[in-house]
Amino acid sequence: MTDTLIQGRTGPWEIVLGLEVHAQVASRAKLFSGAAVGFGAGPNAQVSTVDAGFPGMLPVLNRFCVEQAVKTGLGLNAQIHRTSRFDRKNYFYPDLPQGYQISQLYHPIVGEGALEVERDDGSTFTVGIERLHLEQDAGKSIHDMDPHSTYVDLNRSGTALMEIVSRPDMRSAEDAAAYVRTLRTLLRALGTCDGDMEKGNLRADVNVSVRRPGEGLGTRCEIKNVNSFRFIMQAIEYEARRQVEILEDGGKITQETRLFDPGRGETRSMRSKEEAHDYRYFPDPDLLPLVLEEAWIEEIRASLPELPAARRRRFAEQYGLTAYDAGVLTAEDERATFFERAAGARNAKLVANWTVNDLLGRLSAEDRGIAESPIAPEALGELVGLIEDGTISSKIAKTVFDKLWAGEGSAREIVEREGLVQVSDTGALEAAADKLIAANPEKAEAVKTKPQAIGWFVGQVMKETGGKANPAVVNAVLRARLGID
Amino acid sequence: MAVDAETVRRVARLARIAEPEARLDPLAREISGILGWIEQLNEVDVDGVEPMATAVHATQPLREDVVTDGGDPARVLGNAPRSDDGFFVVPKVVE
Repeated sequence: MTDTLIQGRTGPWEIVLGLEVHAQVASRAKLFSGAAVGFGAGPNAQVSTVDAGFPGMLPVLNRFCVEQAVKTGLGLNAQIHRTSRFDRKNYFYPDLPQGYQISQLYHPIVGEGALEVERDDGSTFTVGIERLHLEQDAGKSIHDMDPHSTYVDLNRSGTALMEIVSRPDMRSAEDAAAYVRTLRTLLRALGTCDGDMEKGNLRADVNVSVRRPGEGLGTRCEIKNVNSFRFIMQAIEYEARRQVEILEDGGKITQETRLFDPGRGETRSMRSKEEAHDYRYFPDPDLLPLVLEEAWIEEIRASLPELPAARRRRFAEQYGLTAYDAGVLTAEDERATFFERAAGARNAKLVANWTVNDLLGRLSAEDRGIAESPIAPEALGELVGLIEDGTISSKIAKTVFDKLWAGEGSAREIVEREGLVQVSDTGALEAAADKLIAANPEKAEAVKTKPQAIGWFVGQVMKETGGKANPAVVNAVLRARLGID
Repeated sequence: MAVDAETVRRVARLARIAEPEARLDPLAREISGILGWIEQLNEVDVDGVEPMATAVHATQPLREDVVTDGGDPARVLGNAPRSDDGFFVVPKVVE
C-alpha cells in the first residue's frame, strides 16, 4: 500500500477516507407518504401534504422501505436491530418544508457490518460498515431561474434514503471508488436501490483526512454530495493535496463541510456558520419505535439472491475464470445470467472471452447494456460451440459474430450459408502448400535456418483459403513439407 | 438548569424567531424557571426502567408501497405566498 502515499515536501502522507453513501430506496411511494417516487415528473407533481410539511399531517412508515433496509443490512453482513427509532434533525432550508429531516441518529435499523471490496487487479480489502439508517430526502432548490428568487420543487421531498456509513478504512481515491462500485453492485443485485448515479439515486459524502503513516487520525473535512466515480476520485485527490499543503506550511486543518466543483476540479468551503451544525436531534414524537419480528427478518434473509462477492468466487472456481473476467461478469445481474446461459456445458473460459471482449466491448461502444444485446446468450453459446468442435476458426468466428450482431441468422446457419466451414482437409491444404513452396524457393530455404519465418507461409495459405483453413493443420502440413521438425 | 441571554439569542436564531435585545434577559429568566420546574422529575428513581416512547401501547403502523397521494401541484401550492410555473418561489437563498 506504500504506493498510495502522497509524497509531500517534508515526507510521505497517508490519506484516510470514510464514506457516507446515500442510496435511494427503489420504492414506488415515499418513506412516510403515499406520493410517488420518480424522476422527470413536473414540479411538485409528486408531493403529498405530508411531504410539503402541512400542519397536522402525520407520517406513516412504508413497509417496503423497511424491508429494503433490512435486506441491504443482511447483504452487508450487518447486525439488524430488532428495535430502531426515528429522530428529527432540525434545520431551516426552503426545500425542507417540515423544518426537520426524519432520520435515525440514536437507534439505526442496521448496525455494524462489513463489505469485501475487490480492486481492478483482483486483490481484495474489507471496509467496515458502521451503520445503515433510513431517512427522508429533501426537496430541490433551483437558484438560476430568477435573479432574485429561489425556486423550490418538493418532488424529492420525503423520498426514502438508506444512508450507509463506512469506517475510515480506505487509503486511496481508487479504493474509495472501488468501495462505492462494489456497494452499488450489491445494492443492484439485492434490488434495494437502482444505483443510478446520474439521477442522484446514489451519491456519496466523502470524509478526507491525512496523517503521517502510523500516526493517529488527522482532522477531517467532509465533501458533500459527490455523484460519480470520477468526481469521487478527483475530489479526494484535490482535497488530500490541499490538506497536505496546509500542514506542510505549518497550518492546521479546520473541520468543515466542503463542496466539490466538477467544473474546476476543486473543493471549496461551504462558508456555513458554526450553528448550522446544531441540529438539535430528538426522537420524533409522531413515530413509534420500529419493532421487527424475527420471523420477518428470517423471511427477508431467505429471499436474498446469490450476492456478487459469492458469485464472483463461484465463477472463478466453477468456470476457471480469471479474477478480472469473473469481476466483469458478476458486476451486473444480467451479465451473470447471460454468461451462465451462454456457457451451458461449453468451454466456459472461451464463452467468457467472447462475452467480455467481443460482446460487452461492442455493447459499451454503442452505450448499451447486456439486456439490449442483439445476440441472445444461446446464440453466442452456439458460436463458441462451433469454435470448440473445430467447425470454424477463431478468426472466422469474428466474421460470424458480426453477422450474428446484424441479425443474419444463427451461427450455424451463417456458417453453412456463407461456406465458412474450416478447411481441415489435409489434401487440399497440402496442394496449396506445395504450390506456395514451389513458387518461393528462396523463402522455403530461409525457413530451414530461421524457423519462425514459417509464419509467412501460414499467412499465405490462410489467405489462399479465405481464412477458412484450420491454422493448426496448416502449420503441421507446412512443417512437414518444409522439413523443419 | 439556568439559561443565559446568550443561549436564548442562539436558540431564537436557530428557530428563526426574532427576539428584540430587551426581551433576552426576561426570556432567560422565564425559560430557566420552566426548566427548573421540569427538573423536579429528576428526583424520580428510574434505574432499570426502559425509556418510554409513547403512552399508547401500539405497534408502528406500516403502509404498503402503493401510490395513493400526490399528483395535485395546485393543492400543494395553494397556500404559498408566491409560486410560478408549478414551483414554490422564495427569497433568493445563497448556497
